[in-house]
Amino acid sequence: MATRLDSILEALKTAFPDVSNIRGELDLAVMDVEPAQLLEVALRLRDDPSLSFKQMSDLCGVDFATYGQDEWSTDTENMASFSRAVSAASTGSLTFDNSMDLPDTDRPRFFVIYHLLSLDHNVRLRLRCAATDDEMPVVPSICPIYACANWYEREAFDLFGILFDGHPDLRRILSDYGFNGHPFRKDFPLIGNVEMRYDSVKERVVYEPVTIEPRVLVPRVIRQDARYVAGESAPETDKK
Amino acid sequence: MPEIRNYTLNFGPQHPAAHGVLRLVLEMDGEVVERADPHIGLLHRGTEKLAESKPYNQSIGYMDRLDYVSMMCNEHGYVLAIEKLLGVEVPLRAQYIRVMFDEITRILNHLMWLGTHGLDIGAMAMFLYCFREREDLMDCYEAVSGARMHATYYRPGGVARDLPDRMPQYEVSRFTSKSTVAKLNNSRQGSLLDFIEDFANRFPKCVDEYETLLTDNRIWKQRTVGIGVVTPERALQLGFTGPMLRGSNIEWDLRKKQPYETYADLDFDIPVGTNGDCYDRYLVRVEEMRQSNRIIKQCIDWLRVNPGPVLTEDHKIAPPRRGEMKGDMESLIHHFKLFTEGFCLPEGESYAAVEHPKGEFGCFIVSDGANKPYRLKVRAAGFAHIAALDEMARGHMLSDVVALIGTQDIVFGEIDR
Repeated sequence: MATRLDSILEALKTAFPDVSNIRGELDLAVMDVEPAQLLEVALRLRDDPSLSFKQMSDLCGVDFATYGQDEWSTDTENMASFSRAVSAASTGSLTFDNSMDLPDTDRPRFFVIYHLLSLDHNVRLRLRCAATDDEMPVVPSICPIYACANWYEREAFDLFGILFDGHPDLRRILSDYGFNGHPFRKDFPLIGNVEMRYDSVKERVVYEPVTIEPRVLVPRVIRQDARYVAGESAPETDKK
Repeated sequence: MPEIRNYTLNFGPQHPAAHGVLRLVLEMDGEVVERADPHIGLLHRGTEKLAESKPYNQSIGYMDRLDYVSMMCNEHGYVLAIEKLLGVEVPLRAQYIRVMFDEITRILNHLMWLGTHGLDIGAMAMFLYCFREREDLMDCYEAVSGARMHATYYRPGGVARDLPDRMPQYEVSRFTSKSTVAKLNNSRQGSLLDFIEDFANRFPKCVDEYETLLTDNRIWKQRTVGIGVVTPERALQLGFTGPMLRGSNIEWDLRKKQPYETYADLDFDIPVGTNGDCYDRYLVRVEEMRQSNRIIKQCIDWLRVNPGPVLTEDHKIAPPRRGEMKGDMESLIHHFKLFTEGFCLPEGESYAAVEHPKGEFGCFIVSDGANKPYRLKVRAAGFAHIAALDEMARGHMLSDVVALIGTQDIVFGEIDR
């Protein structure tokens, strides 16, 4: 596996000398690409015989808005420790509603991640493409290069609101007819905004604001485990 | 001359041949399909978003409910992605158990497919025969996990527990007489492995039976030969995987090409079709059942002579045994931390794919170092297949659409997620 990966990394570096961060992660090659170059790069990836990524396995959107945020960081032990776990004391997602404030970060919020597969070289490639504008994320559609991207892009549009420039038919796909919002964004509440029931008086289905009480049982924690930090001896925090 | 008009036909979501909740809007020219527009998402439960709010281990059960006819294979993809990022070693015995249950699941899935596909296009009896054998495999699930379908059996670092030494027995009731119970329990006297071996010895005969009914059946051939032909180039473009890809004459199977677990040590063949039509895909899947049976037999032989641990000893990831907890403080702490907080994955991204009965089932996990996935993406094989339904159905008759849905082996649990 390692040798296959090494040779494809070599081939990628020769094919794209101006892309700097071509690297291997675990068992596949990873490459970041600008939206402006995406189509050109993807076409080369598919048609260059030394690469020949003939199939696109997967395409997905990722919302990096709350990346690296946890709900359990404390420097000292205090009486409030317990209640932080069971009540909504922070602006984090301790509740499933949308009370959170999204932090301002420099990194782009929306990424589109492509997983390509080369059957000839038996190796996978992850292509990461960041949408530059957080308010209106736009990425060119790669439907002309990989036909199966059509539905995957519709899905990413539906769930994240990422727009695909040049897509032939960018409709919602998974959510309900007439749905509002993009449910997989980090600021969309897990419990949703509306609930639906059949009203026997009106004799039709009605939508109402959600009534359930959101509560998270296990808070989100980030632990720096020494085993996974390269070249670092076990820090004291590990024993928390 | 009667006036000929174009019709728009709503197929489903409550149509028995729609395999669940598919709403298919068909534009018809007489009886010929001009355009097919599948509307999916009626079974969307937001599994991926739910997983973001739970510790890793609590989402294993959701994976069962994705493709709800091949439960353990879904779990497999998920735990593999976690294991890849953790770098945890899985005991060899657990790997063999996983392979064995993956193949049991494959047979389970293909039997379901064969039964319903047959039912859809007129071979009513198939359904009964297939479900007869399925019942035995469900019993294997039950013996090992306690649940007939949604097993939640695989864990990061191994499997939940070792294979049981005795099979659950039928009991006499108002509905089953003593003699029936004795007959039913006949193959359940020994351990689970004995039961599976008994099944594996019986099963090739059963596949012969299915083939007698279908393979040379004139009606079956009329309904499947030359229907939904996909060229190899198109199959790749459309993102086909699994039997859909192999039916189009591309020899690609992750079990052979990118072997995970112990597939590299096992002896089995990959069937490939030549024409890329529904009939070839039928033949491929039937042969896959025979090959799975072969793999199961090899696993049984290995598992019989090689006892050992089935879950990693790393108690940061897998809970310690009950007995250890009673006497050892450290084990108690591990247990407490694991069940209240779960384990954290190192920061990074991992993609793991398994050869699921329907094709490539991939899990993409983005971890920011927390005890919950930052983002989980499930790459379901059926999603790409149903996306190609429009292209496959164009120019075919309405009744062929049913054959196409059948041949794609559609399950909405995984497509809608």
